[in-house]
Amino acid sequence: MRSNLVPKLTSYPTITLLFIWMAVPLGMTIYFSFLRYSLMYPDVREFTGLLNYEYFLTDFAFLEALWNTFVLVFSVLIFSILFGTGFAVLLNQNFFGRGLARVLAIAPFFIMPTVSALIWKNLFMNPVSGLFAWLLSLFGLGPIDWFTHVPMISIIIIVSWQWTPFATLILLTSLQSVDKDQLEAVKLDGANNFQAFRYVILPHLSRPIAIIILIETIFLLTIFAEIFVTTTGGPGLATTNLAFLVFTEALLKFDIGIASAGGVVVVILANIAAFFLVKMIGKNLQ
Amino acid sequence: MKKKIIITFFAWLFSLLIFFPILWMIITSFKTEIDAVAIPPLFFSFEPTLENYGIVQERSNYLKFAQNSVIISFGSSILGLVLSIPIAWSMAFHPTKRTKGTLLWILSTKMMPPVGVLIPIYLIFRDFSLLDTQLGIVIVLCFVNLPIMIWLLYSYFKEIPNEILEAVRIDGASTLQEILYVLVPLSLPGIASTSLLCIVLAWNEAFWTLNLTSIDAAPLTTFIASYSSPEGLFYAKLSAASTLSVLPVLFLGWFTQKQLVRGLTFGAVK
Amino acid sequence: MNIIRTAIASIITLFVSTIAIAETIKVATVNNGDMIRMQGLTNEFTSKTGINVEWVTLEENVLRQKVTTDITTKGGQFDVLTIGTYEVPIWGGKGWLNELNFSASYDVDDLLPAIRSGLSIDGKLYAAPFYGESSMIMYRKDLVAKAGMTMPQRPTWGEVYDIAKAITEGNDGVYGACLRGKPGWGEGGAFITTVANAFGGRWFDENWNPQMDSPEWNAAVSFYVDLLQNYGPPGASSNGFNENLALMNEGKCGMWIDATVAASFVTNPDQSKVHDKMAFAQAPCAVTCKGSNWLWAWSLAIPGGSKKVDAATKFIDWATSKDYLELVASKEGWANVPPGTRTSLYQNPTYLSEAPFAEMTLNAINTADPSFNGTLKKKPYMGVQFAAIPEFQGIATSVSQQISSALAGKITVEKALKNAQKIAAKEMKKAGYTK
Repeated sequence: MRSNLVPKLTSYPTITLLFIWMAVPLGMTIYFSFLRYSLMYPDVREFTGLLNYEYFLTDFAFLEALWNTFVLVFSVLIFSILFGTGFAVLLNQNFFGRGLARVLAIAPFFIMPTVSALIWKNLFMNPVSGLFAWLLSLFGLGPIDWFTHVPMISIIIIVSWQWTPFATLILLTSLQSVDKDQLEAVKLDGANNFQAFRYVILPHLSRPIAIIILIETIFLLTIFAEIFVTTTGGPGLATTNLAFLVFTEALLKFDIGIASAGGVVVVILANIAAFFLVKMIGKNLQ
Repeated sequence: MKKKIIITFFAWLFSLLIFFPILWMIITSFKTEIDAVAIPPLFFSFEPTLENYGIVQERSNYLKFAQNSVIISFGSSILGLVLSIPIAWSMAFHPTKRTKGTLLWILSTKMMPPVGVLIPIYLIFRDFSLLDTQLGIVIVLCFVNLPIMIWLLYSYFKEIPNEILEAVRIDGASTLQEILYVLVPLSLPGIASTSLLCIVLAWNEAFWTLNLTSIDAAPLTTFIASYSSPEGLFYAKLSAASTLSVLPVLFLGWFTQKQLVRGLTFGAVK
Repeated sequence: MNIIRTAIASIITLFVSTIAIAETIKVATVNNGDMIRMQGLTNEFTSKTGINVEWVTLEENVLRQKVTTDITTKGGQFDVLTIGTYEVPIWGGKGWLNELNFSASYDVDDLLPAIRSGLSIDGKLYAAPFYGESSMIMYRKDLVAKAGMTMPQRPTWGEVYDIAKAITEGNDGVYGACLRGKPGWGEGGAFITTVANAFGGRWFDENWNPQMDSPEWNAAVSFYVDLLQNYGPPGASSNGFNENLALMNEGKCGMWIDATVAASFVTNPDQSKVHDKMAFAQAPCAVTCKGSNWLWAWSLAIPGGSKKVDAATKFIDWATSKDYLELVASKEGWANVPPGTRTSLYQNPTYLSEAPFAEMTLNAINTADPSFNGTLKKKPYMGVQFAAIPEFQGIATSVSQQISSALAGKITVEKALKNAQKIAAKEMKKAGYTK
C-alpha cells in the first residue's frame, strides 16, 4: 500500500504547482480570448464570443506564420543533425589538439540568442560593412542583402549555427560508446567506411538523434529573439512565425483578446505536434 | 600518419569556422570603432584597446547585471531540482498508466509561445509585488525549465535498477531517505548535467527576463538590450558588451562539457 | 581557489556598499545618444538634490513594450517614463499621466510652442520635452557640388531624385539617398507618412476610412520604392534611423532625410568621417509642403500611480531645464546639447555659431503642423507622421511591413498597398471607428 501512496503524495506537490503554473495563466488566457480586451482600453472588457478567434484565424498572416514556423523548425532540424553528425564523426577521430577543437566547436550553444543574432546581423550579414560583403567582394561579387533578399535563409543560418553544436555534443558522446569490436568485425567482413557508418554507427545514433529532434523542436517552435533582433518578422511577413505573430498582437497592437486567442490556437497546435512527434520517434526514447 | 594530418586539418578547419563568429566578436571588442568597420577587415594588425569595455562599464554597471544573472540562473535551477526530483522519482519507479500521458503533457507545455501568457503573468506578478524581483524571475524561469528537468531526470532515473531502491526500502528507509541518500548520490552525474543545462538555458532566457525585470533584478539579457540597436559607429561597443554577457556561461559550459553531455544522452551512453 | 574567494568577497562588499540610503527613483529611457549622455550626468543631479537615480536604458521598441505594458496594467515599475508625442496625448487623455507643475524658474513659456502644444491637453502639460525634432535633409555638399548640382533650400522630391541619381552614378560605394525602410510605425512608418503627406495623402479621411488605396499613397510609395531601390543602400528595407546614421557617418550616403537631431551627430568629429562636409536643407515637398516634415519630442513624464511624484518632478525639472543645456555645453560643447525644446537656445549666439544646423532645425520644427489642417486634405487626427489614436501603432506597423516588403521587391507596390488597406480597414472596423 505504501509503495503506491507515497509516490503519489510526493509527486503531487510538484504536479500541483506545475498545474497551477500551467492552469492559472492558461485559464486566464482562455478567459481573455473570449473578451474584447485591448491594453489601450483597459476598462473596456466585453464578452465577444469567438470573434477574437475569427480575427486571428482568418488573418492572412496566420497561414503564412504557420508555414514559416514549419519551414524554420524543419530546416534547422535537418541542418543541425546533418552537420552535427558530420562534425561528431570528424571530432571523434584521433587528431592533434582534439580536446581544444571540441571545446571550440560546441561554443555557440552557450551564446545568448540575442547576442548571436546581433553579432551575425551587424558583424557578418551587414551588406555594407559586414564580413560576408567583404568576402564576396574578394571574388568580385556584389554584397548579398541578407535580411532583404533571403530573410528566412539568414534566420535559418543563425539558428542552425546555435543548435548544430548541441547536436554535435550529444552525437559525439554517443559515438564514443560505439562497439569497437563490432566495427572491427564488419570491416574484416570487407565493409568500407561508408558501409560501416551506414550499418553500425547510424543505427547506434538513432536514439540520440531522436532526443535531438525532440529537444530542438521544443525550443525551435518558440524561436523569437533571433527574429526580433534581425528582421522583426519581415520583410512583409517573410520571417513571421507563430510566436512572433502572437507577439505582434500582444505587444505591438496591445490587443490582449486576439493575442490570447492566438496563444490558445498555438497551444492546441503544439499539442498536436507533440502527439505526432512522440508517436514518430517515441519508440527510440524508451 | 598522413591520414592523421589530413583529419587534423579538416577537424580544426571546421571547428575554427564554427567558433569564428565568437572569435570575431572578441577581436572586434578590442578595436576602436573606426578599426571595427575598416575594409578590408583588420584581423590582427590593429592597436588593441580596452576603451570599449570602459565605455560599456561607465554606461551600465556590468557587475550588478552579472550578479543577477548568476542568482537567477542558479536559483531557478536549484528550485527546479527540488521540485523535479520527487516527481521524476515517482514517475520512474512507480509508473502508472497515466505516467506517459503526463510526461507528454508536461513536455507540450514548453511549446506555447511565452508571449501568449505574458499579460496574465504580469497581472499576477503585479498583485503579488513580484515585478522586478529576483524571487519572481527565479520562480518563472524555474517553471519554464521544469518540463525539461523532469524529462531529463526521469530518463536518467530509469537507468538505475529498481532493485537497489527496493533493497533500501526493505531495510526500512523512509521515502525521503531513499531519495536523499540513495537515489541522489547514484544519479549525481545526471542531476549535475540537468542543472547545468538549466543554468545555461536560464542565463540565456531573454523573453521573461526582459519583460518582468527592469532594474533590481535585471540580468545580462537586459544589459545587452540597451546595445541592440546601433548609435552611430557602435560595432566595437556592441562586441564588448556581448563578450561580457556570454563569457561567464561560455566558461561554465566549457569546463563542464563532459558533465553536461553525460545526462543529456538520457543515460544512453555508459 | 583563494583568489576566487577573495574576488567573490570583494564583489559582495561592493554590492553591499552601494545599497541606497537616500530616496531613489527609477527612470526608463531609450538608448539614444542624448539620453546616454544624461545618464552620464546623473551624479550632478544626485549631488544637487540627494535623490538617487536608477536607469533602465533599452532599445526604443523594447522600451515602448515595457512601458506600455506597465502603465496599462498599473504595474508601477517606473517613476519617470520616456515617451513621445504620440503617447502623451493618448495617455494623458486617459488619465495615465500626472500633470506636471514646475516652479517659476523652469520657465514653461520658453518651451517651443509647437512642441509644448503637442505635449499638452487643454493647456495642461503632461510631459516635458527632453529633445525635440523635425525632419530635414542632411547632405554631402562636396558630393552634390561634384555632381554639378545644387540643393535648393526646400527642394521637391523630383529634385532630390535627380541629385541622388547623380551622386550614386558619379561615386563608387556611395549611395545617393539613405532613407528609412525598416518596418515599425516609428521607423519606416513615420518616414513614409511624410512622403505620402507631401504627395497629398493622409492616413484616414474625415470618416476614418483608411486611405492606403488612394492614388496619392500609390504615387508616394511607388516613388519611394523606385528611389531607394535604384539609388539607396543595399539592405534599405531593414535600415532605420540608427543604421542610416552609421552609413552616413561612414561616408556611404550622399544624403539622408531624417530627424533633425541627427545633425549634431553627423557633424561631430568624434563620430563622423564626413563631419566637415555636411549641409542641410528642408524636407522635400511634392504636390504640397504640408506634412512633409514631422514633429516629434522625446519627453519625460510621470505615470499616474507614482508614489514619488516630488522626486520625479525634480528630476524632470533638472533634465529639461535651461541649466541642463548649459551643463552639457560646459562638458561637451554647445553643438551637443539636446536640441529643439527651448526658444532661448535658438537665441543664444554661442549656440547659433557652434551649431551650423540650428537655424534649419528651428525652421523645420516651426513649420511642422500636427493639427487637423496639417495635410493637403483635412484629417480627423492629430499628428504629422502618426495619427494620435491607440490603434495607430498596430495598423502602421503592419502597413510599414507591407511597404518594406515592396521595397525588398517581394511584392508589387499595388499589392502592398492593397494588403495595407485591407489590414487598416479591418482594424478600424474592429475598433469601432467605421462600420
